Amino acid sequence: MSKTSRTSISMPSSAKKGSIIEIRAIAQHDMESGFRYTEGGKLIPRDIIRVFTCTYNNVEVFKADFYSGIGANPLIIFTTLATETGTLEFKWTGDDGYEAVNQANLTVT
Amino acid sequence: MCKDFIVQKSRRAWLKKIQKLAFLTLGAWFSPLTVFAKPEDATKAITEITGGKPVINGKVNLVIPPLVENGNLVVLKVSVESPMTPNDYVKSIHVIAEGNPLPNIFTVYLTPRSGSANITTRVRLADSQIVRAIAQMSNGSFYQGQAETLVTLSACTEMV
Repeated sequence: MSKTSRTSISMPSSAKKGSIIEIRAIAQHDMESGFRYTEGGKLIPRDIIRVFTCTYNNVEVFKADFYSGIGANPLIIFTTLATETGTLEFKWTGDDGYEAVNQANLTVT
Repeated sequence: MCKDFIVQKSRRAWLKKIQKLAFLTLGAWFSPLTVFAKPEDATKAITEITGGKPVINGKVNLVIPPLVENGNLVVLKVSVESPMTPNDYVKSIHVIAEGNPLPNIFTVYLTPRSGSANITTRVRLADSQIVRAIAQMSNGSFYQGQAETLVTLSACTEMV
């Protein structure tokens, strides 16, 4: 797996103050489990995304630890409260120095 | 002399046979079937999370399809009943599959700012099994929910 890859965030661009918004975050990644063998009988080493974090105006609001039980191209849907206008930053970190960052803006009315 | 040689040869053949048998048993030991975790591994993983504290059934709702055709991508939804206020919220949710080579699937950490405890993701399931979700509340108590599923094509251990 390369050092970074494409990611995508899907969430509303504006919300009412105090409402719950749903965020869908997906990253392109093979999530090699480390339990598979090649035809030659060699074990394929584990190569997965380990941690996903979401920060809202530099405050961490959501964190997830992934293990090899997560499917390829990990999608995670979670919720957060719309508190103030600002930027949400999403970060995926994984094995072999993998890192991907994405951002989205939210306008709170 | 000739007789002596035969004895030597038969001993060599016998040794070779023993060697083959040893390889066979070793092979059986490391075969993919033995890779699957046993329910004890899942229990161990749960004890690691809870630290031996009692786990109460309820509050946690885990949804997976009852019949899965392909274990490589299974949509899993987990939700916990909680007001999600600063005094009473869900701290973390752990999902454990007792039939996977590694029982832990994922862990999410929530805050009162999450608004609700609803998580959806896609997981791998190696076998027909019971999947458990354990939620830790802000007051330190643990609740669990479970779902059973039937997997026709397993994930994780197929050849490339």
